[in-house]
Amino acid sequence: MNTSMKSSKRLTTTLTYVVLILGSILMIFPFVWMLLTSFKTQAESMAIPPQILPSSWALDNFTTALASLPFLNLYVNTGLLIVFRVLCAVIFSSMAGYAFAKLQFPCKNLLFGIVLVQMMLPSQIFITPQYLMLARLGLTNTIFALVFPGLVSAFGTFFLRQTYLGIPNEIAEAAYLDGCNKWQTFTKVMFPLTGSSCAALAIFTAVFAYSDLMWPLICNTDLNMMTLSAGLSTLNGQYTTNFPVLMAGSFLAMIPMVILYLLFQKQFIQGIAMTGGK
Amino acid sequence: MQKTSKLARDGAKWGLIMVAPTIIGLLVLNIYPFIDAIRMSFSKSLPFGMFEFEGIDNYVEMFQNAEFWKATWNTILFCILTVPVGIFLALLVAVLLNSKIRGRTTFRAIFFLPMVVAPAAVAMVWKWIFNTQYGIINSVFGVNVGWLTDSRFVLFSCAIVQIWSNIGYDAVLLLAGLQNVSATLYEAADLDGASKVKQFFSITLPMVSPTLFVVMIMRLMSSLKVFDLIYMMVDDANPALNDAQSLMSLFYRQSFIAGDKGYASAIVVWTVLLIGVVTIFQFWGQKKWVNYEV
Repeated sequence: MNTSMKSSKRLTTTLTYVVLILGSILMIFPFVWMLLTSFKTQAESMAIPPQILPSSWALDNFTTALASLPFLNLYVNTGLLIVFRVLCAVIFSSMAGYAFAKLQFPCKNLLFGIVLVQMMLPSQIFITPQYLMLARLGLTNTIFALVFPGLVSAFGTFFLRQTYLGIPNEIAEAAYLDGCNKWQTFTKVMFPLTGSSCAALAIFTAVFAYSDLMWPLICNTDLNMMTLSAGLSTLNGQYTTNFPVLMAGSFLAMIPMVILYLLFQKQFIQGIAMTGGK
Repeated sequence: MQKTSKLARDGAKWGLIMVAPTIIGLLVLNIYPFIDAIRMSFSKSLPFGMFEFEGIDNYVEMFQNAEFWKATWNTILFCILTVPVGIFLALLVAVLLNSKIRGRTTFRAIFFLPMVVAPAAVAMVWKWIFNTQYGIINSVFGVNVGWLTDSRFVLFSCAIVQIWSNIGYDAVLLLAGLQNVSATLYEAADLDGASKVKQFFSITLPMVSPTLFVVMIMRLMSSLKVFDLIYMMVDDANPALNDAQSLMSLFYRQSFIAGDKGYASAIVVWTVLLIGVVTIFQFWGQKKWVNYEV
């Protein structure tokens, strides 16, 4: 390699680093600013020129945020929402995905058509009727209401069907010969082979259940039954100008998922890449 | 012979049992609501969740309403502002992350971070950054721009946050596409003396075009449905509300705050049609630029 090519290569690498580092700063800055603001007094947050660091690391804003919103309930509600949605999505979609991929039964194409139709329609069109159904049953302001639209997952069914299609039929046939019936073949032999796909679906479901705002806002109007996102939006209306408290509240709302992400970063990113582009 | 037919019957039985929860769920949660939403859009909302058929009145009212047309335009403008720039930046990040550099996983993790933070929290911090009086942007640049309150800027500001939130997610998808491109193609191009820029346009771009297409469809859909960011950043007291309101924020306000579910259903049906038309155009246009011969 001659020197000019070497130096041009070095220039490319340097440029790559510069762009990525600048980009990373832009990605992280809002979160740093959130955290710094959450420790400031309201006067400090409004200082001109801006004061970068708080003068003391007092937890007052966190106390105020915790007192203004029932955070314990919000954490529990959000946690339950995620757990139930993930369980429903993984269990029901595995069953349906396996059946669509490996079994022959009447009306198979028609039934799979229903799955595809749901995937193509934007979820907002279902929201008003779903809400009216719940309201008629008197089930608003419950955990069930939060989980309701995600009891089954068309996307999950489609995604796991693809996974089962990729598993050779010989494996299932071997299980029959060993005396398993269709259900045992599924639970004991096939389902355990889909671990990474189920994990991907679980992460995907969890992230989207956690970010959703419109449905939780509609179905549960009682503050004690809200999710973190919906609770945060009421805090937004309560403290319109007290940004340190709002930042403390936002930080409390985002931290559980961020910790999970930092712990399972590789699985998160792989999961999203696998379920890619719903 | 008898054994096979028993096996087949067994398969049919278990097949139906195993799809039953999902199919019943979809019928109750999606198919019936879909039909119901269309019916509601042709009905007048009465108290106690009752409806009365009234023909196309909701649609007539909607098409005569300036606020509705403004929301439609805002939604389309939001797509124009976010989708091309967002995808370009995501592709740039993906290409950079695909080169042989140190700390790739760390960079990737940083760009992906906004994806695991609820949009409600993301909107909150950006609202603070964009604040007219005390926001860091105005303080640092010594200006006094109403990023979220001036009708000329509000949608741009929301678009910036949307792009910022999604770069990492899109980049992860595109990166997966890039990693499937065989290294031998680049080696061959190197031997032929093709420049990196030329390689990008004649190898990378065509090879990654199927992923690019998926990302584009997904982004267009999510931008046409935008709600949380705008709902959180532009509250009801904001003077620029009318200039930022998307179709879905208008739908939410009409259906669940004003309580006019019939009219709101007409808005949502309109949005679905809009998404449908855009998606059909995408699939029609893909023949011209997406390369499936991998």
